[in-house]
Amino acid sequence: MSETLDHIASAARTDAPPAILLDKVNKWYGALHVLRDVSLSVALGERVVVCGPSGSGKSTMIRCINRLETHQEGKIQVNGIELSDDLKALDDIRREVGMVFQSFNLFPHLTILENCTLAPIWVRRMPKKEAEELAMHYLTRVRIPEQAKKYPGQLSGGQQQRVAIARALCMKPKIMLFDEPTSALDPEMIKEVLDTMVSLAETGMTMICVTHEMGFARQVADRVVFMDRGEIVEVGAPNHLFENPQTERLKTFLSQILRGH
Amino acid sequence: MSDITLNASAKVAEAVPRSAPISQVGFVGWLRTNLFSGWLSTAVTLALGYLIIRWAIGFVDWAIINAVWSVPNNQTQACRDLRGTGACWAVVTEKHRFILFGTYPYEEHWRPALCIALFVGLYIVSAMRRFWRKELALIWVGVLTLIGVLMWGGVLGMPYVPQERWGGLVITLILATFGLALAFPLAVLVALGRRSKLPAIKALCVIYVELIRGVPLISLLFMASVMFPLFLPEGMNIDKLLRAQIAIILFAGAYLAEVVRGGLQSLSRGQYEAADALGLSYWQKTGFIILPQALRLVIPPLVNTFIGFFKDTSLVLIIGIFDLLTAGKTAIIEPAWQGFGIEVYLTVGAIYFIFCFAMSKYSQSLEAELNRHRRH
Ligand SMILES: Nc1ncnc2c1ncn2[C@@H]1O[C@H](COP(=O)(O)OP(=O)(O)OP(=O)(O)O)[C@@H](O)[C@H]1O
Ligand SMILES: [Mg+2]
Repeated sequence: MSETLDHIASAARTDAPPAILLDKVNKWYGALHVLRDVSLSVALGERVVVCGPSGSGKSTMIRCINRLETHQEGKIQVNGIELSDDLKALDDIRREVGMVFQSFNLFPHLTILENCTLAPIWVRRMPKKEAEELAMHYLTRVRIPEQAKKYPGQLSGGQQQRVAIARALCMKPKIMLFDEPTSALDPEMIKEVLDTMVSLAETGMTMICVTHEMGFARQVADRVVFMDRGEIVEVGAPNHLFENPQTERLKTFLSQILRGH
Repeated sequence: MSDITLNASAKVAEAVPRSAPISQVGFVGWLRTNLFSGWLSTAVTLALGYLIIRWAIGFVDWAIINAVWSVPNNQTQACRDLRGTGACWAVVTEKHRFILFGTYPYEEHWRPALCIALFVGLYIVSAMRRFWRKELALIWVGVLTLIGVLMWGGVLGMPYVPQERWGGLVITLILATFGLALAFPLAVLVALGRRSKLPAIKALCVIYVELIRGVPLISLLFMASVMFPLFLPEGMNIDKLLRAQIAIILFAGAYLAEVVRGGLQSLSRGQYEAADALGLSYWQKTGFIILPQALRLVIPPLVNTFIGFFKDTSLVLIIGIFDLLTAGKTAIIEPAWQGFGIEVYLTVGAIYFIFCFAMSKYSQSLEAELNRHRRH
């Protein structure tokens, strides 16, 4: 496994400090040990897909990266800044990291445009006009500029998720985290969201994406991380990993996934 | 060609929309389904209809046709002769100034009258969304200061009027307006504090709410009027009205805090997380995301509490403050006017009703407007 790691690390853009570094991260919920010695290094511009059975700690891991959850042991660095109780560091990290949730979490009382401009105006201190132009730019990129004046409740699930992506992009993050962005969607809407993510990947954005969309993983992922019971079990290039699973756990998982599709 | 025929036949097959049968829509339909749906319901409708009409005719007879509207210098004999058959509105004609302004000096009545007008104007301006800007806070401060100046006087050639002589409707409006205007922000802070991660703040808020909720408003008013001065250093004396006002603010604050907390709890965790992930600070998150949604959700219970407290201000009578209700009661103490309670209480009730009903109606329209985004 470490061979694959080294191989990929050299294949990916070298020298630059890792965008994200997790070093022996441990986390417990009460007595439940949900992350066990999780170590992962993601280079700038790299696309990583995380998969694994339900309850394996995928969400917990990526939520630790922007500190929606706190880890108890180990070290997490984002862009070289270490996550700690230091609020200044946390602010800096949250500006750099955008997040897209399974349940969209748009602000229902604000219009689509306001959803997108709120954080740039108040966190980045951008003039309103500029923020609106930026928002329209990203809404155009996710192909829903005509919905800008509507409220989230008036949009379909797929449209809402694309707005959520645009909203995160408006903060000009260097890293994007996706937590199962398509699993709350009807099948016909999954494609429109995945297409948006593919085109985002093409811009060279650093992405960590929890998803079970294997087609997407093959298409854009530089590496796939397989987690089970709080551990990273296997890491590798998507084709390599899917065709030659090394562990029983991954084999079982893949057979279940394939049966499900 | 075949295409056209196909389309044409499809058109024919399509059901043409037509209106529902007349017996099921409109007024007739409504009557049928709600009042005359069977023999039993028809019988109940007729019986109740008869009672309502009889009562209404009786009331109109009493309140308008047989009523006495005024009597010359307290000669209430004409009224007494009519007891039971006609209302004596003369008592209201005679005493309306006292009911509205209490024992405020007669020549200076224009001052509390102007204050009442200012209050009503303030409510109307505040109710219009057009004026919901930062300047509105300044308007409030300005108008409330102006009301204070008008009531106290002592400047600009207006004689000084001590607080003991204030009374009537203006007292009710003062207590309710200052009370709710200050209790509401207090409540929001306490509700947020109760959900704080800092144990000291949380404990403080919990203790405040539980302590205040645990005692009746009357005992709080008693404490404010009797016990509180005992703790003050000799010579220092806080106005009685102010003490009652503080008691009302604290009391309403605790109740409103729980209402607001209910709204906070109904928001999903995802809203907090999305705001955090975007890097919003605690106060930005609270001000832009959490409170706007939470408060919209609790408009009905919030207004319910507002209306309750508007009327509860009448409890200040037990510490000797002359609010609207007490002024009404006092108006009929005079021997000549004793026994005309119904007329006075109906009038006072009507005044309360106008204010409460306006609040209720306004809250309904506000709710509909602010929650528009949820209807789709
Ligand atoms: N707030 C919490 N309190 C207690 N336990 C939690 C909490 N959040 C998650 N867990 C537990 O931690 C474990 C890992 O959860 P996590 O959400 O990270 O899994 P996941 O891999 O994202 O699963 P899924 O595919 O279902 O989203 C699970 O056993 C879950 O029950
Ligand atoms: Mg998850």
